[in-house]
Amino acid sequence: MKKISLILFVFAILSCSSQESLDVESANKQGILLLDNGTEPQGLDPHIVTGVTEHKIIIALFEGLTMQNPKGEGIIPGAAESWTISSNGKELLFKIRDDAVWSNGDPLTADDFVYSWKRILTPALGSKYPDMLYAVKNAEDYNKGLINNFDLVGVEALDEKVLKVTLRTKTPFFLKQLAHYATYPVHPNTIEKFGGISNRDSQWTRPDNMISNGPFILSEWSINKVIKVNKNDKYWDSDNLKLNGIHFFPIDNESTADRYYRSGKTHNLNIIQTEKISKYKNEYPEEFKLEKYFGTYYYRINTDIEPLNDVKVRKALSLAIDRQILVDRVTKGGQKPAYSFTPPSENYYDPPTYLPYDPSLARTLLAEAGFPDGNGFPEFELLYNTNEGHQKIAQAIQQFWLKELGIKVTLTNVDWKVYLDRQSQGEFEITRAGWIGDYVDPNSFLDMMVKDRGNNMTGWSNSQYDEFLMKAAFSESEKDRITYFTEAEKILMDELPIIPIYTYTRVYMLKEEVKGWFPNMLDTHPYQFISLED
Amino acid sequence: MVSKHARHSSLPVYFFRRLTYFILKRIFTYIPVMLVVISATFFMVHAAPGGPFDDDRVASPEILKQLNETYNLNDPLITQLGNYLVNAVQGDFGPSYKYPGRTVSELIASGLPITVELAFYAILFALLLGVLSGIIASLNPGKFLDYLPMSISMIGICVPSIILGPILILFFGIWIDILPVSGWGEFSGDKILPTITLGSAYAAIFARLTRGGMLEILAQDFIRTARAKGLNETRVVFFHALRGGIMPTIGFLGPAIAGLFAGSFVVETIFQINGIGRYYVQAAFNRDYTLILGISILITFFTLTFVLLSDILATYLNPRLREKGSMN
Repeated sequence: MKKISLILFVFAILSCSSQESLDVESANKQGILLLDNGTEPQGLDPHIVTGVTEHKIIIALFEGLTMQNPKGEGIIPGAAESWTISSNGKELLFKIRDDAVWSNGDPLTADDFVYSWKRILTPALGSKYPDMLYAVKNAEDYNKGLINNFDLVGVEALDEKVLKVTLRTKTPFFLKQLAHYATYPVHPNTIEKFGGISNRDSQWTRPDNMISNGPFILSEWSINKVIKVNKNDKYWDSDNLKLNGIHFFPIDNESTADRYYRSGKTHNLNIIQTEKISKYKNEYPEEFKLEKYFGTYYYRINTDIEPLNDVKVRKALSLAIDRQILVDRVTKGGQKPAYSFTPPSENYYDPPTYLPYDPSLARTLLAEAGFPDGNGFPEFELLYNTNEGHQKIAQAIQQFWLKELGIKVTLTNVDWKVYLDRQSQGEFEITRAGWIGDYVDPNSFLDMMVKDRGNNMTGWSNSQYDEFLMKAAFSESEKDRITYFTEAEKILMDELPIIPIYTYTRVYMLKEEVKGWFPNMLDTHPYQFISLED
Repeated sequence: MVSKHARHSSLPVYFFRRLTYFILKRIFTYIPVMLVVISATFFMVHAAPGGPFDDDRVASPEILKQLNETYNLNDPLITQLGNYLVNAVQGDFGPSYKYPGRTVSELIASGLPITVELAFYAILFALLLGVLSGIIASLNPGKFLDYLPMSISMIGICVPSIILGPILILFFGIWIDILPVSGWGEFSGDKILPTITLGSAYAAIFARLTRGGMLEILAQDFIRTARAKGLNETRVVFFHALRGGIMPTIGFLGPAIAGLFAGSFVVETIFQINGIGRYYVQAAFNRDYTLILGISILITFFTLTFVLLSDILATYLNPRLREKGSMN
């Protein structure tokens, strides 16, 4: 028996060799992009999923009316070749490309969009992104079950290729929202074949079942191994596609991902381990990428409880944090100190707000609030979800507050779901939070802090702030709109129901032979523009 | 008293009958055990704060209500449990809440082969190392070659995999950097550290059990007779003594294999291996109720089955147990 054991064991050790897989060199020759894509996606149904991982695959498979501009923050035509906007900004007519077809050859029609938008707004589907279409007239009411007749919702097919969208009010960022996968079309017959419009657990996203309209079609999906897509020859612009396929690898371990990249199994390294950032930056400057990202890391304050309801206390807490030291010595991932809630962008929206590090002013304000040198200030809890990075930041901030203000803070880490539950129940004093905008517009951040918004969770509201946002929504010119957002941002940074800490960055590696991959704040890289140099 | 001949010819029939009775009886006791496990797991996962659809992108109350309705999570818990049991008996473990469109069975099917492979290598490693060192120790009682493997095995028993794993990673993966520290079948040698981490505690137990069993057998008359007849030592040890000496190890094999599946939760998480152990841990964090329950049922089933198989094997190999009819 032991002989058999011995043989089997030797076999076991010998079988520890690696799987057959494509390396970058041969992938370049075949035009196949090998992507480290973080984790296994929740799914590939554009109306169900919510994550970044999913986004990166879905934009290969589907195409919305508009598309993210690969080079910047704007949009370019996608499935719609053009559109017109009425003078009041409320009516949009989209002309869908004549040659836009589904992967089975069916023409892509305006009716397909009507069906798809009906699907994401159908309450029973339980989509978490219906609000991407709330700008459409009556869409929110339909989604919330207040009306049952979808004909009342502002989307209709005027003919096979013309889609009319009526908005409830002028919404300048609506075209950007149309580049988001939540608004993408799905193939109605396929949806109906696999359980109908409200079936969340449908099998239509499986390789053999999926009919899509994007530049690629799904060819393989092995759970936790790989998702492969091939060039869609029926795509309207397939002649200009340079890639023949993409392999998405769900590698959620940073160390494994690093090994994949170094051994030439992927064209990118999605996340660089913190301790390797400076090494890679110096040794591989051509491959190392450090780019701005449309996200903010912040602390959320429960303004319903004393003494955090006092704006002076909140200001003192913010003034005692040296954000520059924090990003230089603690996070060390090239993050930028955040002085506004919305991440600034030089060519679009750059709020003039500033959150200085001024311990003496902080102490004065705290004394004015009735707590000289922190005396009498109740010890409070700083809540975060269990994560080493969050812990380091929390410890640093705990030290700032203790050293500069004499305030004692208990750090509490809980698992993700408990953290979410406590936040939504308001059972916290201060929690860490992060937000990544879905489209590059101040609205995707500032709207969150309007009174009673689901993601506000601070108990804070300010009627003037809400009014500025309302005015921004109705403003006639882009300049006015930005001015209103700026005013709202000033109020937010003055009252500080949230304390911004840093603006996110994307730090990753990309092989030099990948061309047409441009930096942008949403970290979206449409594959239509990417090529591989041999 | 039956004659020797008669006893031998009727043994298979007798044994088979006893065996069938024994298995049926055991399976009957499985039912309440399974029910208790499912119910306890069910109520515990539902008692944990947060739900499967909580997200940092807060959904409106209307949508949450819809989602809960879709999956019948608004029903009273006892009704949900009843429905779950009815479906589970028919082999339907429900959809995963975290991965819409995937069933629990499908996810388990994708992770199970990896966990089985890991457990298989770990048990081979444990048997080989454990039995060999047990034999060496038993042949040198009270000497250095007894103390050395036994001391190491004591350490092996005492150090849990949650500590051993990171130590091995630190040493082989970071300091001397010769082995990958995560994954399974992705890079050469990435199966070695998880196998050792999972198997070593059992290797240690097997070593002690084998040593004990061997010492007992080696002291018996038939071994003395074998040696007196001039058989060489290898033959005495491996063909005569080991058959009896390995009995305690065989007896422990079932619980050990079952334990390996449970241990894979820790090891798969440390080495980020996508087997059912890691799925289980992630499902618990995601409050993916159905996936947690599905894997709990599977692990319970494995535990009960392997304990049963090991009892049968031990009885079959041990004539004393066989004849006394221990299968009661």
